[in-house]
Amino acid sequence: MHEILFKEELGPDIHLYRFHAPDVARYREPGQFVIVRIIDEGERIPITIADVNRDEGSITLIVQSVGKTTLQMAGMKVGDTIPGITGPLGVPTHIEKVGNVLCVGGGIGIAPLYPVAKAMKEIGNRVISILGARSSNLLILEKEMMDVSDKVLITTDDGTKGRKGLVTDAIKELVDQGEKFDLCVAMGPPIMMKFVSLLTKEFSIPTVVSLNPIMIDGTGMCGGCRVTVGGKTKFACVDGPEFDGHQVDFDELMKRLTMYTSHEKQSLDHYSSKTGCRLAGALKEDLE
Amino acid sequence: MNVKERLKIPPTLMPEQDPTDRITNVEEVPLGYTPEMAMLEAKRCLQCKTAFCVEGCPVGIDIPGFIQLIEDGDFLGAIRKMKERNLLPAICGRVCPQEEQCQLVCTIGKAQKDPCKAVMIGKLEGFIADWEREQGEYELPPEVKSSGRKVAIIGSGPAGLTVAGDLIRFGHKVTVFEALHKGGGVLVYGIPEFRLPKAIVQGEIDYLEKLGVNFRYNFVVGKTAPVTKLIEDYDAVFIGTGAGLPRFMRVDGENLLGVLSANEYLTRANLMKAYSFPETDTPIVTGKKVITVGGGNVAMDCARTALRMGAARSLIVYRRAEEQMPARLEEIHHAREEGVEFHLLQNPVSLIGNEAGWISGASLIKMELGEPDSSGRRRPVPIEGSEFTEETDVLIVAIGNSPNPLVPASFPALEVTRWGGVVVNEITGQTSVPGVFAGGDIVLGAATVILAMGHGRRAARAMNLYLSSGRWVDLDRALDLCRAEVR
Ligand SMILES: Cc1cc2nc3c(=O)[nH]c(=O)nc-3n(C[C@H](O)[C@H](O)[C@H](O)COP(=O)(O)OP(=O)(O)OC[C@H]3O[C@@H](n4cnc5c(N)ncnc54)[C@H](O)[C@@H]3O)c2cc1C
Ligand SMILES: Cc1cc2nc3c(=O)[nH]c(=O)nc-3n(C[C@H](O)[C@H](O)[C@H](O)COP(=O)(O)OP(=O)(O)OC[C@H]3O[C@@H](n4cnc5c(N)ncnc54)[C@H](O)[C@@H]3O)c2cc1C
Ligand code: SF4
Ligand code: SF4
Ligand code: FES
Repeated sequence: MHEILFKEELGPDIHLYRFHAPDVARYREPGQFVIVRIIDEGERIPITIADVNRDEGSITLIVQSVGKTTLQMAGMKVGDTIPGITGPLGVPTHIEKVGNVLCVGGGIGIAPLYPVAKAMKEIGNRVISILGARSSNLLILEKEMMDVSDKVLITTDDGTKGRKGLVTDAIKELVDQGEKFDLCVAMGPPIMMKFVSLLTKEFSIPTVVSLNPIMIDGTGMCGGCRVTVGGKTKFACVDGPEFDGHQVDFDELMKRLTMYTSHEKQSLDHYSSKTGCRLAGALKEDLE
Repeated sequence: MNVKERLKIPPTLMPEQDPTDRITNVEEVPLGYTPEMAMLEAKRCLQCKTAFCVEGCPVGIDIPGFIQLIEDGDFLGAIRKMKERNLLPAICGRVCPQEEQCQLVCTIGKAQKDPCKAVMIGKLEGFIADWEREQGEYELPPEVKSSGRKVAIIGSGPAGLTVAGDLIRFGHKVTVFEALHKGGGVLVYGIPEFRLPKAIVQGEIDYLEKLGVNFRYNFVVGKTAPVTKLIEDYDAVFIGTGAGLPRFMRVDGENLLGVLSANEYLTRANLMKAYSFPETDTPIVTGKKVITVGGGNVAMDCARTALRMGAARSLIVYRRAEEQMPARLEEIHHAREEGVEFHLLQNPVSLIGNEAGWISGASLIKMELGEPDSSGRRRPVPIEGSEFTEETDVLIVAIGNSPNPLVPASFPALEVTRWGGVVVNEITGQTSVPGVFAGGDIVLGAATVILAMGHGRRAARAMNLYLSSGRWVDLDRALDLCRAEVR
């Protein structure tokens, strides 16, 4: 059983949780994730470990409500417990001093990006970050990213904060200004990672992305999380989740993410009719 | 009763759910023997002086012994006799390939020239185990003095559970580390409810907990903690992590939507109870027509699950002929009764998708049987130019599993074979690392429940000796004395 030690709303439908999970905290490295089960008969969902506190034996997760499980989680409060957290899973990020590192985060992707940016900075890299969100109120971890970056650029789709536009516009701008990057780390929606990777390929910047296919076990047993990288099939949970962005077949990933769309709607319907949760209805429209 | 009279008794068939009903539920297919049926079936056993059946059983159960006790109506005695050798009879009775083991060599079966007409050893085994469970209270063995030694077991499949059960009885402190949130390995995530009710597996685990075994779920050894940490913290370690790596066909289109591994399909259905979706949260892909590729138990389980998930047509596509299918005869029989269609001597060459990225069909090629291969079975050879398209909504790849690479990959000191199996001393289960033992599918590749248990049993004896003597070198020779007994 894992108790919620702390919970905070970071934005609409985005919550930060600190869970008691000493076994997970002990050996966790940046880039790793956990599989979470919030109720006994619940599904197993993957969430990146945004931070750990080994003294407290806790891990920090930042979760956006996008469907039944994440919505139900958002309804939990400090002191509540959940039955299962498994991890840390996945290959840790390769942290190395390479010089100039460009960290690009989109939406909830800033959550997994933060520990990587932090580690990259701590080992002595110059870190420049670009944070993108649909709108200013959806922007998370701005302050934390400032603390670990030498420079932060913000873009919003609607121009409510930073410059209006996409993260790729900001990358172009930096490169045009003469910035040279030895590495780019991009985390966010697959569509964002795709276009960042296309662009950095043009600029010959090696690029690491973190993939988020649908998972079940997270231990390499089911193959549900398979992705194509460099023409080869990889299991994101054990071979990744980080891969060379220039090699990833993003179109396949995006298609595979839609495999259960109709079920996800059905699950939300069922949940909202059982609990009278109105938010579920709104989310369902998002899915449509 | 004399031999002639016994020979005249026909096999007592176990009543089963009607095929048309059972594909609408996930309840167990066989309905069990009544005590009268079991006692009648037990009468068929000739109590052979040289009991070949015992030779045929990988763990050497005293088969005539327990059957005699059933005939006498002494069910408690029968279960005690059984548990001398087999800790999980409710499970083995249901899933052992009896027709290739104990029943293959049974005198009665031979006399009738059909292993399916042998004494129903497996059914009797299941019967007494179920009888014990229905009594409510399990008989707990007398408490033993603590040895002060600690053992870590990685994986809670039949291999790990057997080691746990044996070592706790020798007085050692036992902790089982399991990656998933439930114990039982393949028994709980792979084999479907309608073949092995999960309550039975849970019952065995509850029993081990009562004996004092400590289970740590959601603990992925090699990730949650390195193997070396367990080696430091415990006096001995057993690796029973199974063959959980799904093989794919490596044909075009395998990553299309609607194409999934048997492990994924069965895990969703069984472990995650997708058959109750949306009451439970995990969905499963469904379709009017489902193709399962493969011919083993795993393929039968997928094809039969598909029917229960609402498929109107469920096809098995297998590249060899029916005689060569590795599945248990009972599974093939049940699948056929339920309407699974067998498309033999065919193999996918590519999978075809629609615009949205979903599978819409498979391009299959016809096969013929050529020369025998290394397994002794005639090798299937594609017939050139015989490709044709079979439409489908879902395709499940059930062509086998390889040893789980997680522990070996995180632990280079552990010697493995070219195909990833952990190398062990066959008598003791000792690996290349002192203090570390292994057994079950992680050693054998995808094999059987009873072989995994046999491995567990042997390793437990050796581990016990190692723990009490501290002796690692020549452990097999030291064990030699009791080897005849251990087999
Ligand atoms: C390695 C990894 C790390 C992740 N880290 C985070 C994180 O730190 N914070 C966070 O909020 N989310 C993270 N995700 C995504 C998160 O797992 C999904 O949002 C979650 O599973 C949705 O569950 P649900 O039942 O609420 O929604 P569902 O109803 O199941 O799905 C709603 C929507 O989410 C998509 N989705 C479903 N399952 C997944 C999945 N496994 N991964 C991605 N999208 C999915 C669906 O395509 C659909 O569009 C991560 C995913 C992976 C694979
Ligand atoms: C669908 C299906 C049907 C089958 N039908 C039959 C049948 O009818 N008859 C028969 O005899 N055999 C059958 N088999 C084969 C049989 O189930 C296996 O041979 C047997 O379960 C092997 O036992 P095991 O203990 O070696 O491993 P498993 O049962 O595979 O258990 C291994 C356990 O280790 C855990 N694990 C793996 N890695 C780690 C780690 N790093 N840390 C912690 N835990 C870990 C896994 O989660 C799993 O629970 C079937 C197999 C399948 C898949
Ligand atoms: S364990 Fe299996 S092989 Fe042995 S007697 Fe029982 S059913 Fe037969
Ligand atoms: S071989 Fe058959 S008849 Fe003989 S003892 Fe064994 S089960 Fe009984
Ligand atoms: S989630 Fe099952 S193999 Fe990756």
